[in-house]
Amino acid sequence: MKKIIELRDVSKAFDGETVLDHIDLDIYDNEFLTLLGPSGCGKTTTLRLIGGFETPDSGDVLFLGARINDTPPHKRSVNTVFQRYALFPHLNVFDNVAFPLREQRLPKTEIEEKVREMLALVKLTGFERRNVARLSGGQQQRVAIARALISRPRVLLLDEPLGALDLKLRKDMQQELKNIQKATGITFVFVTHDQEEALSTSDTIVVMAEGRIQQIGTPIDIYNEPENAFVADFIGESNIVDGVMRADYRVTFSGHTFACVDKGFQKNEPVDVVVRPEDVDIVPLERGMLRGVVTSVTFMGVHYEIIVDINGFKWMIQTTDFVDVDEEIGLYLEPDAIHIMKKSEYSGMFGDYSSFSMELDELSDAESEADE
Amino acid sequence: MSRAPRERRNARVARLSLAPYSVWAVLFIVVPLVFVAYYAFTDNSMRFTTENITKFFTATSTVLGEDGSQQVVRTYMVIFWRSLKLAVISTVICLLLGYPTAYIIARAAPRTQKTAITFIMIPMWMNFLIRTYAWMTILQDTGLLNHLLAALHLGQAHIIGTEAAVVIGMVYDYFPYMILPIYSVLAKMDTRLIEAAHDLGCNNVGVLRRVIFPLSLPGVVSGVTMVLIPSISTFYISQKLGNGKFFLIGDAIEGQYVANNLHFAAAIAFILMVILLIAMALMKRFTDSCVRGGV
Repeated sequence: MKKIIELRDVSKAFDGETVLDHIDLDIYDNEFLTLLGPSGCGKTTTLRLIGGFETPDSGDVLFLGARINDTPPHKRSVNTVFQRYALFPHLNVFDNVAFPLREQRLPKTEIEEKVREMLALVKLTGFERRNVARLSGGQQQRVAIARALISRPRVLLLDEPLGALDLKLRKDMQQELKNIQKATGITFVFVTHDQEEALSTSDTIVVMAEGRIQQIGTPIDIYNEPENAFVADFIGESNIVDGVMRADYRVTFSGHTFACVDKGFQKNEPVDVVVRPEDVDIVPLERGMLRGVVTSVTFMGVHYEIIVDINGFKWMIQTTDFVDVDEEIGLYLEPDAIHIMKKSEYSGMFGDYSSFSMELDELSDAESEADE
Repeated sequence: MSRAPRERRNARVARLSLAPYSVWAVLFIVVPLVFVAYYAFTDNSMRFTTENITKFFTATSTVLGEDGSQQVVRTYMVIFWRSLKLAVISTVICLLLGYPTAYIIARAAPRTQKTAITFIMIPMWMNFLIRTYAWMTILQDTGLLNHLLAALHLGQAHIIGTEAAVVIGMVYDYFPYMILPIYSVLAKMDTRLIEAAHDLGCNNVGVLRRVIFPLSLPGVVSGVTMVLIPSISTFYISQKLGNGKFFLIGDAIEGQYVANNLHFAAAIAFILMVILLIAMALMKRFTDSCVRGGV
């Protein structure tokens, strides 16, 4: 596969605050790549560097092997679908979409033909004369996509394009974006903080945090083989506990030694152990590898989400079997339910279900401080 | 059931709270306008007449032409066209100077913007008669400007008493009224629209021509209106900086008023008002279609 965009050791700071910290990234032709991370992780800045709206403080941005650090946006074969679309309010749908073609001074008939084709692709035929301010969010979104695609860029950048849409429309648009990407063969670089959106649309996911790339991989890789506690926690739900690698395929955590499928660690190396909530089986006490007390049960529709206290550590388990609060249960883990990660700076920060968000932790901390 | 009366009562309260403003508006805006119209269409004994109006269009006087021959001209038409010409020239200069200034200020850092706008507004806090006198002392044949030119051995410039002096005075006096509305539109403009235009293939000139300027037209229209209208009816600047040689429509109104020809003064004011209203309506139609239709 051909590399279309490369970031080489790129750093960027705003007002002395590091936003991107030595990023290396390859983007291949014709892929749907998603930059995923919490707000402030540097994903939008990465996108703006590729679009040409920012220049790196150090490092290089390459386009088909050529350095484009100082190439202005209008000379890059890269177009952007902006957050909240940035449609031109003084132009109607047709003129918005025709905007780049008019700049290229194409003949009138050619412009009309191309705009008609593009509006058909985004399913807006018949909307040509509409005022863009009077369109719904989804329709504005389509105009923005049509406008960005009409001059056939090599790369389309999408900055949280679905953030303003309601859930159902969002799911439809995800599917449609994927179809448009396949139909046009244009590389899509998509920015989102929604992990579900990233998993369902992307060929490649780039997980970012604190200005650094945490992991690059396919959605399945990222979900099943997270590289550190941050990725494991950010993508899906995870119980992350401290463990010790006894030997290849043998790990000890929560007071029990398990068979697992990971190898290549040193003897007795401390590790982070990830167990996804859906991979834990509830069994009678005597068959359990671990035992714990149920502290809460939440009905989620398809399954129950239960919190189990195992030696003081709160696990989340998703099950279709009903259990009662305060019941003591046994837990059983298959070897492939266990994923081992090297210790990282994020160890110990995530994966305990005493509360779901950091914010609640901080709030209760503040409360106990106030009590003192 | 209780909803409707309450809503009606609320509407009544709302109307009542507007009453002081309404009284003020009627007393100081509507009543004077009605009086202007009333005086314009009556004679000294308050009988209806259109004589004042026709006089504006038909009154003639004899002037000395450039070749020394005597010419008969329609007095007030000449004055009106002269006022219009000087006002349009001043407005165009204000626009050509004001738009780039407003643009540069709007692109500056927020602190710089505040300072620049304050500096532009400071002269407005001074009485405009004083500002006009200041320009007299600058432009006089023995004034500051000529002292400066002499010091630089650049000769003399005779400006006072020319149309140029009147235009300079008008541009100076009304310049802030051009900058401020354009600046406020440009400063509020969404920077993502500018980025989008760059992204879609425009260089800086293209962005200015195809996005920034069309979107700033409402500011340009209010700037032009706020400069054109006062400068077309100005009267003091022409007397002081034009040495009274360029009798403008404002001077005509003032002259007739001072001479106690209230009815004719009212007629001139009335005609001017009607012409300006028509001009503004046309301008609004033009910009509306421009803003909607795009490039």
